[in-house]
Amino acid sequence: MTIDMSQFYQVFFDEADELLAEMEKLLLALDVSEPDSEDLNAIFRAAHSIKGGAATFAFNDITEVTHMLESLLDRIRKGEMALTPEHVDAFLVSKDVLAMQMDGHHHGSSVDQTAVDSVCQRLKALSQGIVAESPAPATAAAASPEPAQPATAPVADADGNYRFRIELPEVPQRDVDALAAELGLLGTISQESLANKRVVFTLTTPESQDNIVAICSFVLDPDDLKITQAAAPGGAEPKQTVEDAGYGIFESEKAEAASQPAVATAASSKVEQPAAAPAAEARNYGRRATDKEGGSQESSSIRVGVEKVDQLINLVGELVITQAMIEQRIGALDPLHHERLLNSASQLARNTRDLQEAVMSIRMMPMDYVFSRFPRMVRDLAGKLGKKVEFVTRGAATELDKGLIERIVDPLTHLVRNSVDHGIEMPEKRRANGKSETGKLTLSAAHQGGNIVIEVSDDGGGLSRARIVAKAKQQGLPVSDTMPNTDVWQLIFAPGFSTAEVVTDVSGRGVGMDVVKRNITAMGGTVEIRSVPGSGTTIAISLPLTLAILDGMSVKVGEEVYILPLGYVIESLQPAAVDVKEIAGEGKVVKVREEYLPLIPLYQIFAIEPTFVDPSQGIIVILESDGKKAALLVDSLVGQQQVVVKNLESNFRKVAGISGATILGDGGVSLILDVAALLRSSRQLNADPIFF
Amino acid sequence: MSYTTQTQTSMQTDGEGAVNEYLAFTLGREEYGIDILRVQEIRGYEPVTRIANAPEFIKGVVNLRGTIIPVVDLRIKFNLGSPTYDQFTVVIILNIAGRVVGMVVDSVSDVMTLSPGQVKPAPEIGTVFDTDYLIGLGTIGERMLILVDIDKLMSSSEMGLIEKIAA
Repeated sequence: MTIDMSQFYQVFFDEADELLAEMEKLLLALDVSEPDSEDLNAIFRAAHSIKGGAATFAFNDITEVTHMLESLLDRIRKGEMALTPEHVDAFLVSKDVLAMQMDGHHHGSSVDQTAVDSVCQRLKALSQGIVAESPAPATAAAASPEPAQPATAPVADADGNYRFRIELPEVPQRDVDALAAELGLLGTISQESLANKRVVFTLTTPESQDNIVAICSFVLDPDDLKITQAAAPGGAEPKQTVEDAGYGIFESEKAEAASQPAVATAASSKVEQPAAAPAAEARNYGRRATDKEGGSQESSSIRVGVEKVDQLINLVGELVITQAMIEQRIGALDPLHHERLLNSASQLARNTRDLQEAVMSIRMMPMDYVFSRFPRMVRDLAGKLGKKVEFVTRGAATELDKGLIERIVDPLTHLVRNSVDHGIEMPEKRRANGKSETGKLTLSAAHQGGNIVIEVSDDGGGLSRARIVAKAKQQGLPVSDTMPNTDVWQLIFAPGFSTAEVVTDVSGRGVGMDVVKRNITAMGGTVEIRSVPGSGTTIAISLPLTLAILDGMSVKVGEEVYILPLGYVIESLQPAAVDVKEIAGEGKVVKVREEYLPLIPLYQIFAIEPTFVDPSQGIIVILESDGKKAALLVDSLVGQQQVVVKNLESNFRKVAGISGATILGDGGVSLILDVAALLRSSRQLNADPIFF
Repeated sequence: MSYTTQTQTSMQTDGEGAVNEYLAFTLGREEYGIDILRVQEIRGYEPVTRIANAPEFIKGVVNLRGTIIPVVDLRIKFNLGSPTYDQFTVVIILNIAGRVVGMVVDSVSDVMTLSPGQVKPAPEIGTVFDTDYLIGLGTIGERMLILVDIDKLMSSSEMGLIEKIAA
C-alpha cells in the first residue's frame, strides 16, 4: 500500500518547528541545579514527537539525532543522570542541528554533515560518560535478574498469554468483585486474600499490562496498584538478557541508553520493569497522563491558510465601506420619520465595527513569536564575548500584524546584537564603574495609541556623543558641535557609520543600522534613540499595528485629494514669500529654520491645475525620508485619518509617485503618495521628469 | 485566424462548430461585439480618481466593491463618438486574466449568438482597430458586429494597462 506522504510533510515541518522552538525555550528556562521535572518532561515530549514524526516520513537522519537526544533526556528525566550545563549546551546544539536537517528536507538547503556527526558524538559521549561512572539502576536490573523475580521481561506462554500478579490496595469487597468480573473478561483469573486484608489476583491473559491498568483505574488509583509479571504457567525459561527476549518490542532501558536505532514505542516502556517498586510504576503512568494532556492542548487552535484570512479581511473591508455608504445616505433622512431605520443602521455600524476588529485580530500574533528567539541568541553572544547579560522581555503578549512580525525580526536581531556587543560592557569594566557585573538587556513591547512601541534597552555604557560627532566629521557628514543629542544619535543610522573600535564578527562593520532604519521606515515606523552616557541606551521602534492600515494626512491640490503617510510628515506651514528662493536650473528652495529645502510642487509633478502656484499662498508639507528632507507644495490640508491601503497593481500597474490607493468614506478613491520616490526624484525633477 | 479563444463555451459540438455569444455595444455609429465570458458586469459611470500623467483615455481608477480598478474610455482611445459622461454612460467591467478593468462605451445593446459561419474575416482596412485585435466581422441579417479580441486589446502595450509592457 502506498500513500502519498508528501501532503503531510508541511504539517510535520510546521509542527516540528513549533516543537523545536518550544524545546529551546524550555531549555533556556531550565534551572540546571534544580530542573523542574515538568519542564524536563516537556522537553522529552518535544524530542519524542519530532522523532515519531521523522520516523513516519523516513527522515532517518532526524530520527537518529532525536533518538539520542531522547534517550539522554529520558535518563535525566528519570533522575538517573544529573543535569549539567554541558547537557543543556549539547541539547541546544542538537536543536540547531535538527533545525538545519529539517530545512534540508523542507527547502532542500544543504546540511552540514560534520555538525550532525559532532553533535551525535557529543550526545553519545555524554550518555556513555555517565554510564561508566555509575551504572544506572535500570541497566543493572535488566542485566542481572534477581532470583526472587523469575522474569524481568514479560514472557508469554505457549498460547501467547502472560501471567500477572495484581496486588490491590485496601478496597471494599464490592470493588474487588467488580474488578474481578471485569478482569475475568480478559482471561482466566484467580483470587486470594493476603493477611493484611489485601486481595491479590492472578490473571492469565494475552492483554498487555497497560490494559489491565486501564481497567483497574476505573475503580482505584493505578498508583496504588502493584502489578508484577509472574512466570508463565507453561514454565518458559526466563531469558538471560532482555535484548534476546524482546528486541524491538520490549526494549529495555539499557538498549535505549546504548542508542540503538530502535522503535521504542511508548507502550513498551510501560512493561519494562515488572519488579520495580510501585513508586517507579507511578512515575511511568504519571508521564502517560501528561502525554495525553499535551496532546489535547493542540486542538484549541486550527491552522488556516493566510490567503483565507486575507480574503476574510478584504470582505470585511468592503462591508465596512458599504456600511459607511449607507450611513452617509441615511444621514439626510428625517429622524422622526425613519427612526427605526436609523436605529437599525446604527446597530449595523456597531456590529460591523466589532466584526472588523475581530477579523483583524486573526492576523495578529503575539510578540512572543519574535521575542522567543532572542534569549538563545543573547546567551550565545554573551558567552562568546565573555559578558554577563541578564535578558528580560516584557509585553511578549502584545499583538502585532503577522506581516509586520515577520519583518521586524531582522531589525530587532540587529539591535539586540548591537546592545550585547557595544552596549553592555565587560564585567570588569562594569564593576569598575560601580555597576553589577551582569548587564541587563530588556526587550519590551507595548501598545501606544494606534502604534506598537518595541524597545531594546540596555544598562550599558551609552552612546558616546564625542565619538559619534568625531566619526561623523571624519566621514564628512554635516555636523556641528552644538547639535542636540537626539540629532547626534540619529547619525548612527547613516550608511557606513560605526564607532566600534574593533570590528567583530558580531557587529561593528557599520552596515546594519542604516538598514535597520530603512526597514522600519519601509514598514511605516520610526526609530528613536535615548541614551545616557554611563547608564545605558534605549532604542524605541514605533510601528503601526498593521500594514493594511496607515495613518494618513489628506492634502488637496486642485480638485484632487492625495494621502500622505503620516510617518514621513514632519510639519506643515505656510512659508513667507521671502523664504522661497529660486535657484537657476534647480527649481525653488524654501528656507525653513535656517535650512534650505528643495520645493516639490505636487501640481507640477502630477500635472494638475492648482489653486495656488505661489508657495506663500499654499501650504508646504515638510517630508523626510532616508534622512533627506523636502518641502511638498500643496493647496491645502484636508485632515488626518486612518486609511485602509489597497493595492493599485492588482488590476492596474505601478504608477510613478503613487504607492497605493485607499477608499474614502464616500466610496471614492484617493491615491497614496510614495514619499520616498517623490524625494528621490525631486532633484532630477526639472531636468528630466521621471514620470511617464 | 482562429475564431475561438480557449475559454469560450461550446454550446453545440456537432458539424457546425462552436457557437459563441457576444455582447454588442456601440462606439459612435459603429457596433462592436466582445466575448460575453469576459464581461463581469455592466455599471453606470461613476466619478473616477484621475491618475496623474496617464494617457487621456485612461480615465482613472474607481472603487468596485473594495477593489481599485482602472477605467478606460474606448471612445477617447479610438476617437469615436463624443466622450460625454451622464447617467446613460455605460461601463463594461471586464475580467481579463484575473485583472478587472472598466471600459466606457456609448451604449450596450444586446447579447448576440453567432456561429462560426456568421463570422467573416476582417478586411485589412476600414476600422480604427488594428486588425490584430479583431476576431472578425459578425453578421446577423442587416446588422454587422465588429468582433474585438478584448483579451489582446486590453493587454496590449498600446493600452498601457499592464506593467511589463509599459515603458
